[in-house]
Amino acid sequence: MYEYTDFDEAFVRERVAEFRGQVERRLDGSLTEDEFKPLRLMNGLYLQLHAYMLRIAVPYGTLNGRQMRQFAYIADRWDRGYGHFTTRQNIQFNWPKLQDVPDMLEALADVQMHAMQTSGNCIRNVTADHFSGAATDEIADPRPTAELLRQWSTDHPEFTWLGRKFKIAVTGSEHDRAVIKAHDIGLRLVQDDDGNPGYEVLVGGGLGRTPMLGKVVREFLPKEHLLPYVEAILQVYNLIGRRDNKYKARIKILVHETGIDEIRRLVESTFQENLARFNGVNQEVFDRIEASFAAPEFEPVYDVTPAVDAGLRSWIDTNVADHREPHYAIVTISLKGIGETPGDATSDQMRIMAALAEEFAHDELRISHEQNVILPHVPRRHLAEIYRRLKDAGLATANIGLVSDIIACPGMDYCALATARSIPVAQKISETFADIDRQRDIGPLKIKISGCINACGHHHVGHIGILGLDRAGVENYQITLGGDGTETASIGERAGPGFAYDEIVPAVERLIEAYLDHRSEDTETFLEVYRRMGPAPFKAALYPEAEARSNAA
Amino acid sequence: MAVIITEDGIAADDWADKTVYPFDVFWSGQELPEEALAVEFPNDRKPEDLVPWLDRIEMIRVEFPSFADGRGFSLARRLRTLGYKGRLRAAGPVVSDQHRAAVRVGFDEIELPESVAARQPAEHWVIRKQGSYQQRLAS
Amino acid sequence: MAKRFKPQIATGNDLLDGDVVYFTQGLKWSRFIGDAWIATNEEAAEVLQKEASKFPNDIVGVYLTDVAIDDEGRARPDHFREDFRMRGPSNRPEHGRPVERA
Ligand code: SF4
Repeated sequence: MYEYTDFDEAFVRERVAEFRGQVERRLDGSLTEDEFKPLRLMNGLYLQLHAYMLRIAVPYGTLNGRQMRQFAYIADRWDRGYGHFTTRQNIQFNWPKLQDVPDMLEALADVQMHAMQTSGNCIRNVTADHFSGAATDEIADPRPTAELLRQWSTDHPEFTWLGRKFKIAVTGSEHDRAVIKAHDIGLRLVQDDDGNPGYEVLVGGGLGRTPMLGKVVREFLPKEHLLPYVEAILQVYNLIGRRDNKYKARIKILVHETGIDEIRRLVESTFQENLARFNGVNQEVFDRIEASFAAPEFEPVYDVTPAVDAGLRSWIDTNVADHREPHYAIVTISLKGIGETPGDATSDQMRIMAALAEEFAHDELRISHEQNVILPHVPRRHLAEIYRRLKDAGLATANIGLVSDIIACPGMDYCALATARSIPVAQKISETFADIDRQRDIGPLKIKISGCINACGHHHVGHIGILGLDRAGVENYQITLGGDGTETASIGERAGPGFAYDEIVPAVERLIEAYLDHRSEDTETFLEVYRRMGPAPFKAALYPEAEARSNAA
Repeated sequence: MAVIITEDGIAADDWADKTVYPFDVFWSGQELPEEALAVEFPNDRKPEDLVPWLDRIEMIRVEFPSFADGRGFSLARRLRTLGYKGRLRAAGPVVSDQHRAAVRVGFDEIELPESVAARQPAEHWVIRKQGSYQQRLAS
Repeated sequence: MAKRFKPQIATGNDLLDGDVVYFTQGLKWSRFIGDAWIATNEEAAEVLQKEASKFPNDIVGVYLTDVAIDDEGRARPDHFREDFRMRGPSNRPEHGRPVERA
């Protein structure tokens, strides 16, 4: 894992001191709220419906046990004993007090963490595949790239006051677990015909009001040109991206309105000019970054003779994935207990996850954009013990990838921008399908819920997407179908009129029944049926009255 | 009257009595003045359009309509990349926390409206002495 | 005929802890919606807006919102968003806000 250099340490401490000063200036009135707001946002501090919210970066989702323990400490000391893991591999605390935030940031700096640029119109926390360094299909670990981008984008003098937020994701695998096509810039590590490392660069993806998939702007970018090239994209965006309308200010709109070919031309010419000033990266710095992501020292192969009971068996089936070392496994800890708030963990649960990482799993944890926690390097011989301890902590729900493994944004229970609740909808769906055997029969299914058009819950790329809206003063939920956030990405299509709060869960049930009726064999997934048959059978299930009417006609 | 902020502190505007020409002066057909030439730079114009005259210009005044509109930072960087060596001024209601970024992209000074200056005393504008990631990565 | 005026109150968030607050007739801020000063016509709403905006360093995000009036003449949320602001998160009732003065 990446360890802070003296430079990182000094930088983060300096930022904490700076923010402490800004809070003081706000409290004594020398900064107005208008001026303070972007400064607090740049340090991850929002004002939500009922309180402030502090969003902390978990860079590319990677952390160690000590850092996870510090989250638990922060939750107990300054918050209300729990935290919420988000779809951008961050953690949010929902109840900090303004005067306490500098101390919370100091406590983060003590474990080499920060909350910089987790909000505001700047380059946000860079995300990466949560199976990095462990996946069987990985070409190269994306985290050195993500760390390089983290450093380059931190306090960048040009790109801290952009027209809108800017998100970058990196993957190093064939199978895209980082949803790179839904990011302002998506990077995929590839090799050219001669085996030289580089990137495929996508630009202009994003969800929100106008969902779009990223387009390829450069098929192969040599590795050493990454920073000048990304800098050129950001420059073009900063200078000619729209600023007249918040909903048209993301780079996806610029790419859409200008056309990818013209964007490519502008980026390439800016890139050529930039090369003269900045033609790559200090090799020494980059070598150190690369070295810090070397694989842990895996233990030697041994004979596995595990005793497996039914509970463990079913948990291994769903929550444990193959590791590139066959005697290792990747464990996903579900933060989607039946009826729980997706992504929430108590301080006790955080401490247990930290202990498991330290004792059994090379002291590494990951946060996934699907709001779960991952132990990326687990010797298989420890699986039974890990399962037992997770079970005691209420963390052994065997539902990864199934109907109750729902992504949900905070929605109107916390978020000031929300137009409807999302968490209780997730809770109710999960309670409706509580029976794990039934979930396993339904098979892989991604339900994603957002509480407003901003789409933090990625509803457009859910197999079933749910968007909460305010229709004439009442919560109303719109369904999209057939979305997909992987390498076969697609944007879900709107099914039809929305549903009231108490109608949405039955509507989801009808969708699932329709799927079960129409699948040709047990292994055909929801998404496969949708792609084979189109929306008609699902619409018929959602709107039986309309169906009855048209049959009568 | 606006005040001027530089790394040395706050001062009066030494250009206050001189003309700052509109961006379009070069295309208006009007004869270019003999004197030192200063131009306005609205932040929706292209830096490339000034290239033929960069040597002739003594000061470019880049407009910041609001502190939240960061186009000026990239404009400054682009103008410097294109070879502009003269004085570069950021003009508008920026906040003191942006001073460091302004210097780093190539601005020499900030022209601040008086009302904004009144709330942000000189000590707020002192730049933290701190290295940057970008320098570190490039060197 | 003029459009019927809906009663309004002023609300915002406390600068220090972010909690929801309501502006009272005593020109102070209260945590309880029942204490809120209710404007019942256009002119009163203007005065309310003006008075409630005089605390830029204590209260942030001040806005007027429509309310319903209960039997005792006190303000009650008229929209579900205001209802959630008043009660706290619905997924964790243990973190709810007290709605009435104890
Ligand atoms: S999608 Fe909307 S409601 Fe949900 S967290 Fe994002 S901004 Fe808030």
